[in-house]
Amino acid sequence: MRETIRFVRRGQIVEISNFDPMTTLLDHLRLAEGATGTKEGCGEGDCGACTVAIGRTVKDRVVYEPVNACIQLLGMVDGAEIVAVEDLAEGSALHPVQSAMVEKHGSQCGFCTPGFVMSLFTLYQSTEGPVTRSTINDWIAGNLCRCTGYRPIVEAAVAACSGERADRFRTANADTAGILSFLNDERDVFIGDDQRFFAAPASIDGLAALYEQHPSAVIVSGATDVGLWITKQLRDIPKIIHIGRVPGLDGIEDTGRELLIGAAATYADVEPYARAIDPDLGELFRRIGSKQVRASGTVGGNVANGSPIGDTPPALIALGATLELRRGTRSRVMPVEEFYIDYGKQNRASGEFVTGLMIPHLKEGQVFRCYKVTKRFDQDISSVMGAFSFTLAADGTVREARIAYGGMAGIPKRAKGAESALLGASIRDSAVWSKAFAALKEDFTPMSDHRASAAYRAETAHALLGKALLEAAGAPTSRTRLIGRREALHAAE
Amino acid sequence: MPPSDTMIPEAELTVVRKPLPHDSAPRHVTGSAAYIDDIREMAGTLHLAPGYAPIAAGRIIDLDLAAVRAAPGVVAVLTAEDIPGANDISPKLIGDDPALATGEIRFHGQVVFVVVAETRDQARRAAKKAKFKTEATAPVIDVDQASDTVLPDYAFTRGDPDAAVAGAPVSFSDTFRIGGQEHFYLEGQISMAIPGEAGEMLVYASTQHPSEVQHLVSHALHIPSSAVTVEIRRMGGGFGGKESQASQWAVLAALAAWKTGQPCKMRLDREDDMIMTGKRHDFRVDYSVGHDENGLLKGVDVALHARCGHSEDLSMGVVDRTMFHADNSYFYPECRVLTRRHRTNTVSNTAFRGFGGPQGMVFAERMMDQIAYRLGKDPLDVRKANFYAPGRDLTPFGQQVTDNLLHELVGELEVKSDYRARRAEISAWNAESRILKRGLALTPVKFGISFTLMPLNQAGALVHLYRDGSLHLNHGGTEMGQGLFLKVAQVVAEEFGVDIGKVAITATRTDKVPNTSPTAASTGTDLNAMAALNACGQIKDRLYAFIEEKWQVRRNQVKFREGQVFLGNRAMPLAELVNAAYMERVQLSAAGFYKTPKIAWNRDKAEGRPFFYFAYGASCSEVTIDTMTGEMKVDRVDVLHDVGKSINPAIDIGQIEGGFVQGMGWLTTEELVWDAQGRLRTHAPSTYKIPAASDIPEHFRVELYESDGAREKTIYRSKAVGEPPLMLPISVWCAIANAVAAVRPGGVPKLDAPATPEAIMKAVRAMLAGD
Repeated sequence: MRETIRFVRRGQIVEISNFDPMTTLLDHLRLAEGATGTKEGCGEGDCGACTVAIGRTVKDRVVYEPVNACIQLLGMVDGAEIVAVEDLAEGSALHPVQSAMVEKHGSQCGFCTPGFVMSLFTLYQSTEGPVTRSTINDWIAGNLCRCTGYRPIVEAAVAACSGERADRFRTANADTAGILSFLNDERDVFIGDDQRFFAAPASIDGLAALYEQHPSAVIVSGATDVGLWITKQLRDIPKIIHIGRVPGLDGIEDTGRELLIGAAATYADVEPYARAIDPDLGELFRRIGSKQVRASGTVGGNVANGSPIGDTPPALIALGATLELRRGTRSRVMPVEEFYIDYGKQNRASGEFVTGLMIPHLKEGQVFRCYKVTKRFDQDISSVMGAFSFTLAADGTVREARIAYGGMAGIPKRAKGAESALLGASIRDSAVWSKAFAALKEDFTPMSDHRASAAYRAETAHALLGKALLEAAGAPTSRTRLIGRREALHAAE
Repeated sequence: MPPSDTMIPEAELTVVRKPLPHDSAPRHVTGSAAYIDDIREMAGTLHLAPGYAPIAAGRIIDLDLAAVRAAPGVVAVLTAEDIPGANDISPKLIGDDPALATGEIRFHGQVVFVVVAETRDQARRAAKKAKFKTEATAPVIDVDQASDTVLPDYAFTRGDPDAAVAGAPVSFSDTFRIGGQEHFYLEGQISMAIPGEAGEMLVYASTQHPSEVQHLVSHALHIPSSAVTVEIRRMGGGFGGKESQASQWAVLAALAAWKTGQPCKMRLDREDDMIMTGKRHDFRVDYSVGHDENGLLKGVDVALHARCGHSEDLSMGVVDRTMFHADNSYFYPECRVLTRRHRTNTVSNTAFRGFGGPQGMVFAERMMDQIAYRLGKDPLDVRKANFYAPGRDLTPFGQQVTDNLLHELVGELEVKSDYRARRAEISAWNAESRILKRGLALTPVKFGISFTLMPLNQAGALVHLYRDGSLHLNHGGTEMGQGLFLKVAQVVAEEFGVDIGKVAITATRTDKVPNTSPTAASTGTDLNAMAALNACGQIKDRLYAFIEEKWQVRRNQVKFREGQVFLGNRAMPLAELVNAAYMERVQLSAAGFYKTPKIAWNRDKAEGRPFFYFAYGASCSEVTIDTMTGEMKVDRVDVLHDVGKSINPAIDIGQIEGGFVQGMGWLTTEELVWDAQGRLRTHAPSTYKIPAASDIPEHFRVELYESDGAREKTIYRSKAVGEPPLMLPISVWCAIANAVAAVRPGGVPKLDAPATPEAIMKAVRAMLAGD
């Protein structure tokens, strides 16, 4: 048992043993350290002003990822290096991403700038050679700027990443990796007492035992949702169990027939594997949150928190994915769709937690499509999300149809009526399409809210089914979609 | 004696016109540029959090704050009764906007009490513990429900618009809606007040209007304005949202500091900020138009219904500016431009970049589109036919357009953007594409520059020249990212022929330059750089006199260049001259002043010349829409914009691009939604979507229009650039309508703003239904 957390700041090991479990990394930096370069813009991980780089070792090298410090809990950074905006320049010599931002006029009011600098810093560290506009757009999708209109920031990114990468973080990489590997011991971390604690167990058995003992504790993985319970809802969460130190829980394995995803695997880690199953699934993962959110948030968490507008569950349901739950020493497996009972209610017993997911690869004749409809393409939550899996015989007969929607009910839910209307018919039979559209109307009674009206949701659900059928029947996506065109995604592979 | 505000000849300029980076850029990128929350707190600094009632309209029957007071860390809980002076944050001091609500609740989020605690987290958590007993009434949310107004109706009328519309060969009527907009400055509202001796109060406020904050704090505390000093070095964005609405938080922080005797800081959480501060006015526009077979306007009758919220705030100036720009670039032979300013149970709407102008211009552009679609003409041709031109150059408010660049500028962009060829290519493409439709539009901007409230068109500056030749610059303008401090410093550096680094840029403070106007209406550089120039001129006049006396060299043979002073055949470092002047007891400091010439506006009679000049621009945008879902993508944007002769082209391009994207957000993804209970549902970036990097097209080309500069004598013949570009992206909105029009050629699209996917689908559906 270790009763402190330890991390690296500016080459030094920092050890902290006395902090409230709800302390955020941002508050630690600004209030405890007095490092005020990192800004709070929204306090909910949506604007990126608080972006810092978190360095962790992957295969003996330190890899830097951007995270939103406002919703990252301090305890979660145990074993990592924290790099904030003040740490980049050496004296008056700016880091390449900083000087590019100055030269390209990338700052106006300057408040979002530290966050952009840190996102670009992670881009600089994570890539070699020139970077494309779409890579940059994706990398800074989680950083909002209200002044510049982004063009100069994009140009700064291009300029900073145009030549060979050389900075002191690269020079020091091996040394830092050495320090981090020393910090990453196999002891359970526990700070606090039985009533109020931050715990980070170092084994799956330790996690199961601790959670069985404290079923009222909140399990966090990336804290991209729980962080908001603290900063926005001002809930008191006295007991927090972080699963990020459990060995293997962040594992991802592609067996060729199925993809096995540990509950602590981040969206970012899963994305390339998802893309290998289908380009649409990869694109769906790319459009979840932002780089910062995907670096922390997990698929397991997205499924487990049961949001009616969680973006992965409809796709997982359409693909026939299953999840594994564990309580104490007992595990069970269920289809993802059975996990959702009602709004805010999941098929999960007290003390039971999600350990992993299984997504089967597409079978011969199986066509998968998914669409996320939002007000803004990047970093937005869908008003309607539709996922479609049709298994077709050689002659186009629908052997199996799995259709699931998000945003159409209190839970992610299958369109059973539409599915059965299509079953056994030809995918090209427009009369059958009409039957499916009619059935879809009966499948859902959507609600009106700030994202969309009920009428628009119903209409869009219909449109997405129509799109999926058109594409399954052979229409090129260059004629059916604005973004995420499969021809381009295939070409990029 | 020559005037002391003579500018350096064009050929000799060395600092003005240079694309220098923002003066704070190196500090922005290293995190060392301090915003108010970054100022190292004094020991004992307390923190405030606001508390509000759970209703949007009605009365507070009882408020139990016992649990709030008992919460950990709470030092004080303040209500309206604790305010020693006026409980009023209205900009005109008319008492219609309390700092802390008393019995009556007029919108959801109206602050009733503040908690003062040892930490911000403690204050926020304690504020949640208040127990309200309320009597709710049904809130009036929008202009359709409203029956009361915050100001009387006001109209510009010329000729007989009713007869002109009725007698025109073609006429039609329509109605549409324009949404509001949240500022979403990245740095939220914040103030910190530090009590001093003898009842003094130093207030750091993130405000565009330090003098107003000073005056409101003095009224609330019932102390003289001279006892209050307000300072702001920089804001993390303002956009109009910190013009009148930064005051409340400053007043409350000062009140708490007054009560506790300790420094007090109030930083709003983003959610509170979005709920508690006003936004761009949203409108319903009802109009009738008459025109001939060529699309030439005969008569325009438009009623613009503004949602003002619960109080007046700046709705007089804002909605007046909607009227001043309801013509955009077009001559209305006979017209009625009427505005009604509705009172609602929503937060009081306020200034936002463009200040009401954009809404008027969106109307004008929608009208142009509709005329074109009805006649089967290209909208650009109808626009050009209706442009102001010789003999057709009188605005509805009677100001003659004398500096018209519309024809040349739009003509140039039409060629540069390859408008005609792309129009043909897009039409052919659309004929082949069933689901996706593309649209193209080219729209102009004409924007009047000056405060329409005449007294605000003045500015002061303070310049010190030190014995080592370095300069200290201060003026009444505030820096919110727009590069104002740098542009003014460039003018000062030019005057003394020194490197920009020799000019110390300092925080705006009400004790250095008093009675300042807000940094608003795009006038920051026009006014403050002129005032600074005047201050420099005064110092230089004294130096010229000193030189003439000491060396018998006349002023026309003296030049300040490259850190040197050249006098006749002699040259010396500036510092040497300054030191010599000091030894002879020459005053080396000056307070400069400027007031805009030639302008006058009589609102009661609706006559005069409210604007010193107009700024012009145009943009051409291409979009693709998905007619099944309403999703939209901007494919290409070309902009040509008139800044006169630029003081700093890099800064100006930044303003144009940033303004464009902000305006594009307003017209596309940014949607404010209130529920039936009057609660704002889009109160966070998770639900309110400003543009992100990928919303900007790869082809986004912005050019400055080349000209001899402003016709009027502005600072180095430059023109204001803060607001005008915000209206350029009306071309994006019109291009979306153009894509919708492709769904059923011959139809007339009816698109509301913002053009969210849902709004686009509504317009598509209406087209398909043949409405």
